[in-house]
Amino acid sequence: MGKNLAGKSAFIVAVLVIFCFGIVGIPHGGLSQSIKDRIHLGLDLKGGTHLVLEVHVAEAVASTTDRDVARIEDDFQKAGIAGATVGKTDPARPQTIVVSGIPAAKLSDARSILQGNDYSSYDVATTADGNSTLTMKLAAIRDLETRTLDTSIETIRERIDKLGVTEPVIQKYGLGENQILVELPGIDNSAEVEEVIQSTAKLSIHAVTGGPYDTDQAALQANGGTIPADSMLVRGSGSAGAPEMVWLLKRVSEVEGTDFRDAQPSQDQNGRPNIRFTLTTEAGDRFYKYTEAHTATSATPGSMAIVLDNKVREVAGIQSAIRDSGEITGGFTQQQANDLSLMLRTGALPASISFLETRTVGPTLGATSIHQGIIAAIAGMLAVMIFMLIYYRGAGINADLALMLNLIILLGFMGYTGSTLTLPGIAGVILTIGMGVDSNVLIFERIREELRAGKTAAAAVQQGFAHAWVTIIDTHVTTIVSAMILFLFGSGPVRGFAVTLAFGLFANLFTAVLVSRVIFDTILQKKERGAALSI
Amino acid sequence: MSLELFRTTNIDWLGKKWYFLGFSLIFSVAGVLSILFWHHVPLGVDFKGGTQIRVAFTQTPNEDQIRQAMDRAGVHNALIQRVSDPSGHAANKVIIALPESTDQTHDVGRQAVENALAANYHGQATIEQVEIVGPTAGKQLQRQAWLATLYSLIGMLIYLWFRFELIYGVAAVVAVFHDTLITVGAFSLTNQEITLTVIAAILTLIGYSMNDTIVVFDRIRENLALSRRESLHDVVNRSINQTLSRTVISSGLTFLTVMSLYLFGGEVLHGFSFALVVGILIGTYSSIAVAAPMLVAYQDWRVKRGKVASLPAGKRAKA
Repeated sequence: MGKNLAGKSAFIVAVLVIFCFGIVGIPHGGLSQSIKDRIHLGLDLKGGTHLVLEVHVAEAVASTTDRDVARIEDDFQKAGIAGATVGKTDPARPQTIVVSGIPAAKLSDARSILQGNDYSSYDVATTADGNSTLTMKLAAIRDLETRTLDTSIETIRERIDKLGVTEPVIQKYGLGENQILVELPGIDNSAEVEEVIQSTAKLSIHAVTGGPYDTDQAALQANGGTIPADSMLVRGSGSAGAPEMVWLLKRVSEVEGTDFRDAQPSQDQNGRPNIRFTLTTEAGDRFYKYTEAHTATSATPGSMAIVLDNKVREVAGIQSAIRDSGEITGGFTQQQANDLSLMLRTGALPASISFLETRTVGPTLGATSIHQGIIAAIAGMLAVMIFMLIYYRGAGINADLALMLNLIILLGFMGYTGSTLTLPGIAGVILTIGMGVDSNVLIFERIREELRAGKTAAAAVQQGFAHAWVTIIDTHVTTIVSAMILFLFGSGPVRGFAVTLAFGLFANLFTAVLVSRVIFDTILQKKERGAALSI
Repeated sequence: MSLELFRTTNIDWLGKKWYFLGFSLIFSVAGVLSILFWHHVPLGVDFKGGTQIRVAFTQTPNEDQIRQAMDRAGVHNALIQRVSDPSGHAANKVIIALPESTDQTHDVGRQAVENALAANYHGQATIEQVEIVGPTAGKQLQRQAWLATLYSLIGMLIYLWFRFELIYGVAAVVAVFHDTLITVGAFSLTNQEITLTVIAAILTLIGYSMNDTIVVFDRIRENLALSRRESLHDVVNRSINQTLSRTVISSGLTFLTVMSLYLFGGEVLHGFSFALVVGILIGTYSSIAVAAPMLVAYQDWRVKRGKVASLPAGKRAKA
């Protein structure tokens, strides 16, 4: 036989060794520990928390246009354009800024400002009466949304890292837009983590333009029925323990999230927890200009409100000009002060988030699932292997060896690629075992058929493999096609299933066809010509 | 002498097609009726959204007491159900389910249940698993499961079209659809919830049934190429008979694996292995009783319309 059996056998042994290495790696600290280090278990088996959250990216658009409204007002003021109204009129269209009431003499000045480089991310439409509508370009919105999502992922990652969770997964979630998947192995009480993730920690300091009022209605009455376009009503208590009131604040903040360079929990002279912050140089200059103009002794004394997550935490008069450091006393507990300064250090979330999906698996349930799953798999496999031995005798050893090698290759693949074994993944393994046994049965039944037709053992093996091969290719390719589609379009559990299935089928093609064949050929080679085959 | 189950069977499978049709119809219609009018498709929390909390108690809990505890805590719409598990390991476990939440009130239900448990069963109840799926996520998962299944069926259809003929692909996909319908029907009839893991099981059974059908089709293709004068009816019968021992052994062994999963696999895998137990049986049956007769029916229809008298053997692969 010129089949180069020795070469093929060497190849099979090499594959076996390579995949064993894939499962165990360099052995250390016992076999089961080595396997655990290589084969990653999914949260459903290991225990942990799985979160899907949505970032409300539209908020980022709204706050960007808010800032640009202020910039336009500023630019107009510098250019001596008085009397123009800049604002956002339609709350449903946060990407649109309307500029109206520009004096006729200043129209061309205004136009050149609006169409300048500073506002190149907007499409500017001007009507005959000189009013302009600035709409943020679609590409700019997309870009902003992508950046918002990326920043959110980074921020969440930093917060989770600081909590000391090992091997967290934080990534874009494929199923919907602007969604993030967070997986935290070993965390089975998710409430605290959820809170840390969700706190936008959107901290900003606003100028107070009116209030406090007792209710929203009172605020409206005091301002002649409407809220000025550049202002907003915010609730909250002005100092620790005070009842909730309503303030009228300037919409555009003086200082906000990204302006903070550092924040540390601390205590004030009375021992109450507070937060000391430092601003970036640029923001410090800005803040200095604002506070200097509104100190208690100036012509326009003012007070400022510290707003956290849309709630007023503290209102204080401006005693003296502040440049780049200050403190916030917001009636915090020490824990809150710690958490909040952590969030300020890692940066605020650029937009608020909400949870779409929360799944927590406790460690005992996962462990029980593994334990029972393994017992079931072993029981099933043993039954199959014993049947094969009884029914196909000598050839049954073939099938059993192929089956075991199949599992080694499958697990080895998973070890090398760092894939995760999940509960649905075990389903993939079962289908693989089923199809692996089926391949062997197909071959053996065909060989028996050829033997019954009077062929010699060698010819029957040759023909049996040739015929069965066609069928095996068809069944396997069909299933691999479907596994790949499931992998492409699925996520989570569906994907876990597809991964083990695809790996298992490739392993099958190898073991059922090459390994089983080599064993047959080796036996045939040793036998006398014409001797019967144990099948 | 070696062991053999079926040496030479000579059963007229196609002659029994009316029995098969009747059998398939009874189960499909029963399933469809249950889906339409009775239990509908009992969707798990993954797809319909809501909160589901699995609690392990130190002693067998009284469901009424739990319900009262929930009521006192202001949770009035909770469904309380014992975990079903054939091996009996899960006797002390209970699933507390709350209906659909909104994306805004995501966490509220869980907190209420946790508080109620802490107040009434301090130290005797451990929360093993919490699943909260908001309406957005539920819809997404549903859509995705549908699309993934649909696309994978189309993928298989195209491959079979390319390797055999279109009609083979269509027959195989119809058989697989038949299996899925009956399996989902079985979930509806027994009022078991379809969860994401069950979807994985349904995908498994689709793969398995497809595999089984292809084995028979492959033999038909081979026999058609060998004996062109024999009628398709006889070729199909002979092909089924020739592959019968393989079919019975392979399916039997896979069934054994799945059965062991059903018996020893534990409560978490219960729905999953139930789907497979049903699916393997029905998937094996459908290759013989649905896919193969469809080929012959298609052929008869073509003959009636005066078209070519023989079914194309398909592109013969090089052995």
